Amino acid sequence: MGLIEYLQTLLSSNIVLYALIAGVLLSLTAALLGVSLVLKKFSMIGDGLSHVSFAALSVAVATRQAPLAFSIPIVILAAFLLLRISENSKIKGDAAIAVISTASLAIGAIAARGTNVDVESYMFGSVVSITFTDVVLTVFVTVVTLLVYVFFFNRIFAVTFDENYVRAGGGRPALYNALIAVLTAVTVVVGMRLVGALLISALIIFPALSSMRLFKSFRRVVISSCVIAVLSFVISLFISLFFDIPTGATIVLLDLFVFGVASLVLTIRER
Amino acid sequence: MSLISCDNVSLAYGKQAVLSELSFTVERGDYLCVVGENGSGKSTLVKTLLGLLPPVSGTITFGKGFTRKSIAYLPQQNAAQKDFPASVMEVVLSGRLSSKKFISFYNAHDREVAKGVMERLAIADLASRSFRELSGGQQQRVLLARALSSESELLLVDEPTTGLDPLVTADLYGLIEEVSASGKTVIMVTHDIASAVKYASHILHLHQKPLFFGTKEDYVSSEVGRGYIDRGSY
Repeated sequence: MGLIEYLQTLLSSNIVLYALIAGVLLSLTAALLGVSLVLKKFSMIGDGLSHVSFAALSVAVATRQAPLAFSIPIVILAAFLLLRISENSKIKGDAAIAVISTASLAIGAIAARGTNVDVESYMFGSVVSITFTDVVLTVFVTVVTLLVYVFFFNRIFAVTFDENYVRAGGGRPALYNALIAVLTAVTVVVGMRLVGALLISALIIFPALSSMRLFKSFRRVVISSCVIAVLSFVISLFISLFFDIPTGATIVLLDLFVFGVASLVLTIRER
Repeated sequence: MSLISCDNVSLAYGKQAVLSELSFTVERGDYLCVVGENGSGKSTLVKTLLGLLPPVSGTITFGKGFTRKSIAYLPQQNAAQKDFPASVMEVVLSGRLSSKKFISFYNAHDREVAKGVMERLAIADLASRSFRELSGGQQQRVLLARALSSESELLLVDEPTTGLDPLVTADLYGLIEEVSASGKTVIMVTHDIASAVKYASHILHLHQKPLFFGTKEDYVSSEVGRGYIDRGSY
Protein backbone atom coordinates (compact mmCIF):
# COMPACT_ATOMS: atom_id res chain seq x y z
CA MET A 1 0.00 0.00 0.00
CA GLY A 2 1.42 3.39 -1.00
CA LEU A 3 1.79 6.22 1.46
CA ILE A 4 -0.91 8.36 -0.19
CA GLU A 5 -3.39 5.52 -0.13
CA TYR A 6 -2.49 4.79 3.46
CA LEU A 7 -3.18 8.39 4.45
CA GLN A 8 -6.45 8.35 2.52
CA THR A 9 -7.61 5.25 4.34
CA LEU A 10 -6.67 6.78 7.70
CA LEU A 11 -8.46 10.06 7.06
CA SER A 12 -11.60 8.34 5.86
CA SER A 13 -12.14 7.06 9.38
CA ASN A 14 -14.00 9.40 11.74
CA ILE A 15 -11.85 8.43 14.67
CA VAL A 16 -8.61 9.44 12.99
CA LEU A 17 -10.21 12.61 11.71
CA TYR A 18 -11.36 13.54 15.22
CA ALA A 19 -7.94 12.75 16.62
CA LEU A 20 -6.30 14.87 13.94
CA ILE A 21 -8.54 17.92 14.48
CA ALA A 22 -8.52 17.72 18.29
CA GLY A 23 -4.80 17.03 18.38
CA VAL A 24 -3.77 19.87 16.09
CA LEU A 25 -5.90 22.39 17.97
CA LEU A 26 -4.85 21.08 21.34
CA SER A 27 -1.16 21.20 20.43
CA LEU A 28 -1.63 24.79 19.29
CA THR A 29 -3.38 25.84 22.50
CA ALA A 30 -0.95 24.02 24.75
CA ALA A 31 2.00 25.60 22.95
CA LEU A 32 0.58 29.12 23.29
CA LEU A 33 -0.11 28.70 27.00
CA GLY A 34 3.18 26.88 27.43
CA VAL A 35 5.30 29.89 26.52
CA SER A 36 3.70 31.93 29.31
CA LEU A 37 3.83 29.07 31.81
CA VAL A 38 7.46 28.18 31.15
CA LEU A 39 8.58 31.82 31.30
CA LYS A 40 6.69 32.41 34.53
CA LYS A 41 8.33 29.29 35.97
CA PHE A 42 5.01 27.48 36.25
CA SER A 43 6.11 24.57 34.02
CA MET A 44 5.01 21.95 36.50
CA ILE A 45 1.47 23.25 36.81
CA GLY A 46 0.42 21.34 33.69
CA ASP A 47 1.78 18.17 35.23
CA GLY A 48 0.02 18.77 38.55
CA LEU A 49 -3.26 19.55 36.84
CA SER A 50 -3.14 16.41 34.73
CA HIS A 51 -3.04 14.31 37.89
CA VAL A 52 -5.92 16.24 39.39
CA SER A 53 -7.73 15.69 36.13
CA PHE A 54 -7.09 11.94 36.38
CA ALA A 55 -8.56 11.88 39.90
CA ALA A 56 -11.56 13.97 38.88
CA LEU A 57 -12.33 11.78 35.84
CA SER A 58 -12.04 8.59 37.89
CA VAL A 59 -14.31 9.95 40.62
CA ALA A 60 -16.77 11.12 37.97
CA VAL A 61 -16.97 7.64 36.46
CA ALA A 62 -17.22 5.95 39.89
CA THR A 63 -20.07 8.24 40.96
CA ARG A 64 -21.70 8.19 37.53
CA GLN A 65 -21.29 11.91 36.84
CA ALA A 66 -20.74 13.37 33.39
CA PRO A 67 -16.92 13.19 33.13
CA LEU A 68 -16.13 16.55 31.54
CA ALA A 69 -18.77 18.61 33.34
CA PHE A 70 -17.51 17.18 36.63
CA SER A 71 -13.76 17.45 36.06
CA ILE A 72 -13.39 20.82 34.40
CA PRO A 73 -14.54 22.92 37.39
CA ILE A 74 -12.41 20.84 39.77
CA VAL A 75 -9.30 21.21 37.65
CA ILE A 76 -9.92 24.96 37.25
CA LEU A 77 -10.15 25.21 41.03
CA ALA A 78 -6.89 23.28 41.38
CA ALA A 79 -5.25 25.64 38.87
CA PHE A 80 -6.19 28.66 40.98
CA LEU A 81 -4.98 26.91 44.11
CA LEU A 82 -1.60 26.09 42.54
CA LEU A 83 -1.17 29.65 41.26
CA ARG A 84 -1.97 31.09 44.66
CA ILE A 85 0.44 28.77 46.41
CA SER A 86 3.19 29.69 43.96
CA GLU A 87 2.54 33.37 44.64
CA ASN A 88 2.69 33.37 48.43
CA SER A 89 5.56 31.18 49.34
CA LYS A 90 4.74 29.53 52.65
CA ILE A 91 4.86 26.19 50.90
CA LYS A 92 7.25 26.14 47.97
CA GLY A 93 5.43 25.89 44.66
CA ASP A 94 7.21 22.74 43.53
CA ALA A 95 6.50 20.96 46.82
CA ALA A 96 2.85 21.99 46.63
CA ILE A 97 2.55 20.56 43.13
CA ALA A 98 4.14 17.29 44.26
CA VAL A 99 1.69 17.04 47.17
CA ILE A 100 -1.34 17.71 45.00
CA SER A 101 -0.13 15.41 42.19
CA THR A 102 0.48 12.39 44.36
CA ALA A 103 -2.64 12.91 46.45
CA SER A 104 -4.71 13.13 43.26
CA LEU A 105 -3.13 9.98 41.84
CA ALA A 106 -3.98 8.14 45.05
CA ILE A 107 -7.59 9.34 45.01
CA GLY A 108 -7.88 8.49 41.33
CA ALA A 109 -6.44 5.00 41.81
CA ILE A 110 -8.90 4.20 44.61
CA ALA A 111 -11.87 5.68 42.75
CA ALA A 112 -11.01 3.73 39.62
CA ARG A 113 -11.04 0.43 41.54
CA GLY A 114 -14.05 -1.75 40.70
CA THR A 115 -15.28 0.54 37.94
CA ASN A 116 -14.70 0.06 34.26
CA VAL A 117 -12.31 3.05 34.15
CA ASP A 118 -9.53 2.20 31.76
CA VAL A 119 -6.64 3.48 33.84
CA GLU A 120 -4.14 2.89 31.11
CA SER A 121 -6.02 5.06 28.63
CA TYR A 122 -6.11 7.86 31.23
CA MET A 123 -2.42 7.52 31.91
CA PHE A 124 -1.22 7.25 28.34
CA GLY A 125 -4.20 8.50 26.38
CA SER A 126 -5.85 6.81 23.51
CA VAL A 127 -6.58 8.38 20.20
CA VAL A 128 -9.60 6.14 19.65
CA SER A 129 -11.33 7.44 22.78
CA ILE A 130 -11.74 10.93 21.29
CA THR A 131 -15.44 11.73 20.93
CA PHE A 132 -17.32 14.40 19.04
CA THR A 133 -17.84 16.29 22.34
CA ASP A 134 -14.09 16.35 22.86
CA VAL A 135 -13.62 17.84 19.42
CA VAL A 136 -16.23 20.53 20.06
CA LEU A 137 -14.69 21.40 23.42
CA THR A 138 -11.22 21.54 21.91
CA VAL A 139 -12.39 23.86 19.13
CA PHE A 140 -13.95 26.10 21.79
CA VAL A 141 -10.83 26.27 24.00
CA THR A 142 -8.63 26.88 20.99
CA VAL A 143 -10.75 29.70 19.63
CA VAL A 144 -10.89 31.41 23.03
CA THR A 145 -7.15 31.01 23.59
CA LEU A 146 -6.31 32.28 20.11
CA LEU A 147 -8.55 35.32 20.52
CA VAL A 148 -7.01 36.11 23.89
CA TYR A 149 -3.49 35.81 22.47
CA VAL A 150 -4.23 37.86 19.36
CA PHE A 151 -6.01 40.74 21.07
CA PHE A 152 -3.98 40.87 24.26
CA PHE A 153 -0.64 39.73 22.93
CA ASN A 154 1.24 42.82 24.04
CA ARG A 155 -0.32 42.77 27.48
CA ILE A 156 0.45 39.09 27.90
CA PHE A 157 4.03 39.88 26.98
CA ALA A 158 4.17 42.70 29.53
CA VAL A 159 2.65 40.60 32.31
CA THR A 160 4.96 37.67 31.58
CA PHE A 161 8.05 39.87 31.34
CA ASP A 162 7.52 42.07 34.40
CA GLU A 163 4.41 41.67 36.50
CA ASN A 164 5.39 44.37 38.97
CA TYR A 165 5.81 46.98 36.28
CA VAL A 166 2.34 46.22 34.91
CA ARG A 167 0.88 46.44 38.40
CA ALA A 168 2.66 49.74 38.97
CA GLY A 169 1.14 51.12 35.77
CA GLY A 170 -2.37 50.35 37.00
CA GLY A 171 -2.71 47.08 35.09
CA ARG A 172 -4.13 43.94 36.63
CA PRO A 173 -1.73 41.03 36.12
CA ALA A 174 -3.82 38.79 38.39
CA LEU A 175 -6.55 38.87 35.76
CA TYR A 176 -4.22 37.56 33.06
CA ASN A 177 -2.76 34.93 35.37
CA ALA A 178 -6.26 33.72 36.19
CA LEU A 179 -7.21 33.63 32.52
CA ILE A 180 -4.15 31.56 31.68
CA ALA A 181 -4.87 29.23 34.62
CA VAL A 182 -8.44 28.58 33.45
CA LEU A 183 -7.39 27.98 29.85
CA THR A 184 -4.60 25.67 30.99
CA ALA A 185 -7.01 23.70 33.17
CA VAL A 186 -9.46 23.10 30.33
CA THR A 187 -6.66 22.26 27.92
CA VAL A 188 -5.29 19.68 30.34
CA VAL A 189 -8.66 17.98 30.91
CA VAL A 190 -9.31 17.68 27.20
CA GLY A 191 -5.72 16.88 26.36
CA MET A 192 -5.24 14.03 28.77
CA ARG A 193 -7.80 11.94 26.86
CA LEU A 194 -5.68 12.33 23.78
CA VAL A 195 -2.12 11.94 25.07
CA GLY A 196 -2.74 10.88 28.65
CA ALA A 197 -2.24 12.36 32.10
CA LEU A 198 1.42 11.47 32.24
CA LEU A 199 2.29 13.08 28.93
CA ILE A 200 0.06 16.16 28.57
CA SER A 201 2.54 18.48 30.25
CA ALA A 202 5.03 17.62 27.49
CA LEU A 203 2.70 19.31 24.99
CA ILE A 204 2.81 22.43 27.13
CA ILE A 205 6.51 22.57 27.89
CA PHE A 206 8.52 21.14 25.00
CA PRO A 207 7.57 23.49 22.12
CA ALA A 208 8.24 26.55 24.32
CA LEU A 209 11.60 25.21 25.50
CA SER A 210 12.73 24.37 21.97
CA SER A 211 11.63 27.77 20.63
CA MET A 212 13.36 29.66 23.42
CA ARG A 213 16.60 28.09 22.22
CA LEU A 214 16.02 29.11 18.62
CA PHE A 215 14.53 32.62 18.82
CA LYS A 216 15.22 35.83 20.68
CA SER A 217 12.00 37.79 20.62
CA PHE A 218 8.80 36.91 22.45
CA ARG A 219 6.70 37.10 19.28
CA ARG A 220 8.95 34.70 17.41
CA VAL A 221 9.13 32.28 20.33
CA VAL A 222 5.32 32.15 20.49
CA ILE A 223 4.87 31.64 16.75
CA SER A 224 7.62 29.05 16.53
CA SER A 225 6.14 27.13 19.48
CA CYS A 226 2.84 26.83 17.66
CA VAL A 227 4.50 25.66 14.45
CA ILE A 228 6.69 23.11 16.22
CA ALA A 229 3.75 21.80 18.27
CA VAL A 230 1.41 21.32 15.33
CA LEU A 231 4.03 19.73 13.08
CA SER A 232 5.20 17.36 15.83
CA PHE A 233 1.65 16.29 16.48
CA VAL A 234 0.70 15.59 12.87
CA ILE A 235 3.90 13.71 12.13
CA SER A 236 3.66 11.74 15.38
CA LEU A 237 0.04 10.80 14.81
CA PHE A 238 0.77 9.20 11.45
CA ILE A 239 3.97 7.53 12.64
CA SER A 240 2.16 6.07 15.64
CA LEU A 241 -0.76 4.80 13.58
CA PHE A 242 1.55 3.37 10.95
CA PHE A 243 3.75 1.48 13.41
CA ASP A 244 0.92 0.88 15.88
CA ILE A 245 2.67 2.51 18.85
CA PRO A 246 1.09 4.85 21.47
CA THR A 247 0.47 8.32 20.00
CA GLY A 248 1.16 10.29 23.19
CA ALA A 249 4.53 8.66 23.68
CA THR A 250 5.45 9.23 20.04
CA ILE A 251 4.67 12.96 20.34
CA VAL A 252 6.81 13.29 23.45
CA LEU A 253 9.76 11.52 21.84
CA LEU A 254 9.51 13.62 18.68
CA ASP A 255 9.26 16.78 20.82
CA LEU A 256 12.30 15.62 22.74
CA PHE A 257 14.14 15.12 19.45
CA VAL A 258 13.24 18.66 18.30
CA PHE A 259 14.38 20.00 21.67
CA GLY A 260 17.68 18.16 21.25
CA VAL A 261 18.19 19.66 17.78
CA ALA A 262 17.29 23.15 19.06
CA SER A 263 19.77 22.82 21.93
CA LEU A 264 22.43 21.69 19.49
CA VAL A 265 21.73 24.71 17.25
CA LEU A 266 22.07 26.99 20.29
CA THR A 267 25.36 25.40 21.32
CA ILE A 268 26.81 25.71 17.83
CA ARG A 269 25.64 29.32 17.54
CA GLU A 270 27.18 30.28 20.86
CA ARG A 271 30.58 28.89 20.00
CA MET B 1 -0.51 72.98 43.72
CA SER B 2 2.04 70.28 44.47
CA LEU B 3 2.33 67.24 42.22
CA ILE B 4 2.32 64.92 45.23
CA SER B 5 1.67 65.87 48.84
CA CYS B 6 1.95 63.37 51.65
CA ASP B 7 0.33 64.49 54.88
CA ASN B 8 1.13 62.64 58.10
CA VAL B 9 1.16 59.27 56.37
CA SER B 10 1.77 55.96 58.17
CA LEU B 11 2.67 52.79 56.34
CA ALA B 12 2.63 49.21 57.55
CA TYR B 13 3.12 45.67 56.31
CA GLY B 14 0.32 43.68 57.85
CA LYS B 15 0.47 44.68 61.51
CA GLN B 16 4.07 45.78 61.45
CA ALA B 17 4.45 49.55 61.27
CA VAL B 18 7.17 50.52 58.82
CA LEU B 19 7.00 54.26 58.49
CA SER B 20 5.08 56.95 60.35
CA GLU B 21 4.57 60.73 60.57
CA LEU B 22 5.64 61.09 56.97
CA SER B 23 4.91 64.46 55.39
CA PHE B 24 6.55 65.78 52.24
CA THR B 25 5.66 67.41 48.95
CA VAL B 26 6.94 67.01 45.42
CA GLU B 27 6.65 69.94 43.00
CA ARG B 28 6.78 69.76 39.22
CA GLY B 29 10.37 69.53 38.06
CA ASP B 30 11.79 68.46 41.44
CA TYR B 31 14.46 65.80 41.69
CA LEU B 32 13.80 64.16 45.02
CA CYS B 33 16.12 61.53 46.44
CA VAL B 34 14.74 59.27 49.13
CA VAL B 35 17.63 57.96 51.22
CA GLY B 36 17.89 55.73 54.25
CA GLU B 37 19.25 52.41 55.46
CA ASN B 38 17.84 49.02 54.52
CA GLY B 39 14.57 48.62 56.40
CA SER B 40 14.08 52.36 56.77
CA GLY B 41 10.84 52.19 54.77
CA LYS B 42 12.10 53.34 51.38
CA SER B 43 10.77 50.44 49.34
CA THR B 44 7.51 50.53 51.25
CA LEU B 45 7.11 54.16 50.26
CA VAL B 46 7.71 53.20 46.62
CA LYS B 47 4.94 50.59 46.83
CA THR B 48 2.57 53.15 48.30
CA LEU B 49 3.35 55.77 45.65
CA LEU B 50 2.67 53.14 42.99
CA GLY B 51 -0.67 52.36 44.62
CA LEU B 52 0.30 48.82 45.56
CA LEU B 53 0.08 49.37 49.33
CA PRO B 54 -2.49 51.80 50.72
CA PRO B 55 -1.41 53.93 53.70
CA VAL B 56 -2.70 52.98 57.15
CA SER B 57 -3.45 56.59 57.98
CA GLY B 58 -2.82 60.05 56.59
CA THR B 59 -3.48 61.25 53.06
CA ILE B 60 -1.62 61.34 49.78
CA THR B 61 -2.95 63.95 47.38
CA PHE B 62 -2.05 64.23 43.73
CA GLY B 63 -2.01 67.50 41.79
CA LYS B 64 -4.53 68.27 39.11
CA GLY B 65 -4.46 65.82 36.21
CA PHE B 66 -1.88 63.64 37.96
CA THR B 67 -2.81 60.01 38.60
CA ARG B 68 -0.89 56.88 39.45
CA LYS B 69 -0.70 56.20 35.73
CA SER B 70 1.37 59.39 35.40
CA ILE B 71 4.20 57.59 37.18
CA ALA B 72 6.81 55.81 35.09
CA TYR B 73 8.65 53.23 37.10
CA LEU B 74 12.22 51.98 36.82
CA PRO B 75 12.40 48.94 39.10
CA GLN B 76 15.34 47.27 40.76
CA GLN B 77 17.11 44.70 38.63
CA ASN B 78 14.99 41.59 38.52
CA ALA B 79 16.76 38.26 38.29
CA ALA B 80 13.67 36.56 36.84
CA GLN B 81 13.99 38.55 33.62
CA LYS B 82 17.54 37.49 32.97
CA ASP B 83 16.73 34.57 30.69
CA PHE B 84 13.66 35.98 28.97
CA PRO B 85 13.40 35.90 25.17
CA ALA B 86 12.36 39.46 24.38
CA SER B 87 13.68 41.89 21.84
CA VAL B 88 14.68 45.33 23.12
CA MET B 89 11.95 46.87 20.95
CA GLU B 90 9.31 44.63 22.56
CA VAL B 91 10.42 45.69 26.03
CA VAL B 92 10.51 49.41 25.24
CA LEU B 93 7.14 49.34 23.46
CA SER B 94 5.52 47.64 26.45
CA GLY B 95 5.96 50.96 28.26
CA ARG B 96 3.22 52.34 26.01
CA LEU B 97 0.62 49.92 27.37
CA SER B 98 -0.24 51.83 30.54
CA SER B 99 -1.82 54.55 28.41
CA LYS B 100 -4.00 52.08 26.51
CA LYS B 101 -7.50 51.11 27.48
CA PHE B 102 -8.42 47.55 26.63
CA ILE B 103 -7.13 46.19 23.35
CA SER B 104 -3.41 46.51 23.16
CA PHE B 105 -2.13 46.91 19.63
CA TYR B 106 0.69 49.38 19.01
CA ASN B 107 0.19 52.07 16.39
CA ALA B 108 2.65 54.17 14.40
CA HIS B 109 2.72 56.83 17.10
CA ASP B 110 3.72 54.26 19.75
CA ARG B 111 6.59 53.08 17.59
CA GLU B 112 7.70 56.64 16.96
CA VAL B 113 7.76 57.47 20.66
CA ALA B 114 9.67 54.28 21.45
CA LYS B 115 12.22 54.97 18.72
CA GLY B 116 12.66 58.56 19.88
CA VAL B 117 13.33 57.50 23.45
CA MET B 118 15.78 54.82 22.32
CA GLU B 119 17.71 57.34 20.27
CA ARG B 120 17.90 59.71 23.24
CA LEU B 121 19.29 56.92 25.38
CA ALA B 122 21.69 55.79 22.63
CA ILE B 123 20.25 52.29 22.40
CA ALA B 124 18.57 52.59 18.99
CA ASP B 125 21.10 50.16 17.53
CA LEU B 126 20.04 47.53 20.08
CA ALA B 127 16.36 47.51 18.96
CA SER B 128 16.33 43.99 17.52
CA ARG B 129 18.82 42.54 19.99
CA SER B 130 17.65 40.15 22.67
CA PHE B 131 17.22 41.65 26.13
CA ARG B 132 18.91 38.69 27.80
CA GLU B 133 22.11 39.10 25.80
CA LEU B 134 22.71 42.65 27.01
CA SER B 135 25.01 43.74 29.82
CA GLY B 136 23.52 44.88 33.12
CA GLY B 137 24.04 48.53 32.21
CA GLN B 138 22.41 48.13 28.81
CA GLN B 139 19.48 46.31 30.40
CA GLN B 140 18.93 49.20 32.81
CA ARG B 141 18.98 51.60 29.85
CA VAL B 142 16.34 49.52 28.10
CA LEU B 143 14.17 49.51 31.23
CA LEU B 144 14.65 53.27 31.54
CA ALA B 145 13.56 53.58 27.90
CA ARG B 146 10.46 51.51 28.70
CA ALA B 147 9.63 53.87 31.57
CA LEU B 148 10.23 57.01 29.48
CA SER B 149 8.23 55.79 26.51
CA SER B 150 5.12 55.93 28.69
CA GLU B 151 5.59 59.73 28.47
CA SER B 152 4.62 60.03 32.11
CA GLU B 153 5.21 63.18 34.10
CA LEU B 154 7.09 61.55 36.91
CA LEU B 155 9.92 59.05 36.83
CA LEU B 156 10.14 56.87 39.93
CA VAL B 157 13.48 55.10 40.20
CA ASP B 158 14.04 52.35 42.77
CA GLU B 159 17.67 51.54 43.62
CA PRO B 160 18.67 51.61 39.94
CA THR B 161 22.33 50.82 40.34
CA THR B 162 22.31 47.70 42.49
CA GLY B 163 24.71 45.22 40.94
CA LEU B 164 26.16 47.63 38.37
CA ASP B 165 29.85 48.52 38.23
CA PRO B 166 30.88 52.10 39.15
CA LEU B 167 31.37 53.31 35.58
CA VAL B 168 27.95 52.10 34.45
CA THR B 169 26.44 53.50 37.64
CA ALA B 170 27.78 56.97 36.91
CA ASP B 171 26.48 56.63 33.38
CA LEU B 172 22.97 55.79 34.57
CA TYR B 173 22.93 58.67 37.05
CA GLY B 174 23.93 60.94 34.18
CA LEU B 175 20.98 59.71 32.10
CA ILE B 176 18.54 60.23 34.95
CA GLU B 177 19.91 63.73 35.44
CA GLU B 178 19.24 64.43 31.76
CA VAL B 179 15.68 63.26 32.24
CA SER B 180 15.37 65.65 35.16
CA ALA B 181 16.95 68.48 33.15
CA SER B 182 14.38 67.89 30.38
CA GLY B 183 11.72 69.05 32.84
CA LYS B 184 10.40 65.76 34.18
CA THR B 185 9.91 65.22 37.87
CA VAL B 186 12.14 62.51 39.30
CA ILE B 187 11.91 60.57 42.55
CA MET B 188 14.86 58.28 43.16
CA VAL B 189 15.18 55.84 46.02
CA THR B 190 18.78 55.03 46.80
CA HIS B 191 21.19 54.13 49.55
CA ASP B 192 23.99 55.89 47.67
CA ILE B 193 24.05 59.10 49.64
CA ALA B 194 26.98 60.66 47.77
CA SER B 195 25.14 60.49 44.46
CA ALA B 196 21.91 61.62 46.06
CA VAL B 197 23.57 64.77 47.29
CA LYS B 198 25.29 65.27 43.95
CA TYR B 199 22.20 65.13 41.73
CA ALA B 200 19.05 65.77 43.76
CA SER B 201 17.27 69.06 44.32
CA HIS B 202 15.51 67.73 47.41
CA ILE B 203 16.29 65.02 49.96
CA LEU B 204 13.95 62.91 52.04
CA HIS B 205 15.88 60.98 54.66
CA LEU B 206 13.97 58.11 56.24
CA HIS B 207 14.58 56.06 59.32
CA GLN B 208 11.16 54.64 60.27
CA LYS B 209 10.30 58.32 60.55
CA PRO B 210 11.46 61.11 58.30
CA LEU B 211 14.73 62.44 59.71
CA PHE B 212 14.95 65.21 57.16
CA PHE B 213 12.97 66.67 54.30
CA GLY B 214 14.04 69.78 52.40
CA THR B 215 16.37 71.07 49.73
CA LYS B 216 19.72 69.50 49.14
CA GLU B 217 21.51 72.68 50.27
CA ASP B 218 19.75 72.60 53.64
CA TYR B 219 20.44 68.87 53.96
CA VAL B 220 24.16 69.26 53.42
CA SER B 221 24.41 71.78 56.24
CA SER B 222 21.98 69.96 58.55
CA GLU B 223 23.14 67.78 61.39
CA VAL B 224 21.51 64.65 59.94
CA GLY B 225 23.03 65.32 56.55
CA ARG B 226 26.52 66.02 57.80
CA GLY B 227 26.49 62.86 59.91
CA TYR B 228 25.64 60.65 56.96
CA ILE B 229 27.54 62.39 54.21
CA ASP B 230 30.80 61.94 56.13
CA ARG B 231 30.21 58.21 56.06
CA GLY B 232 29.75 58.33 52.29
CA SER B 233 27.10 55.67 52.15
CA TYR B 234 25.62 52.99 54.36
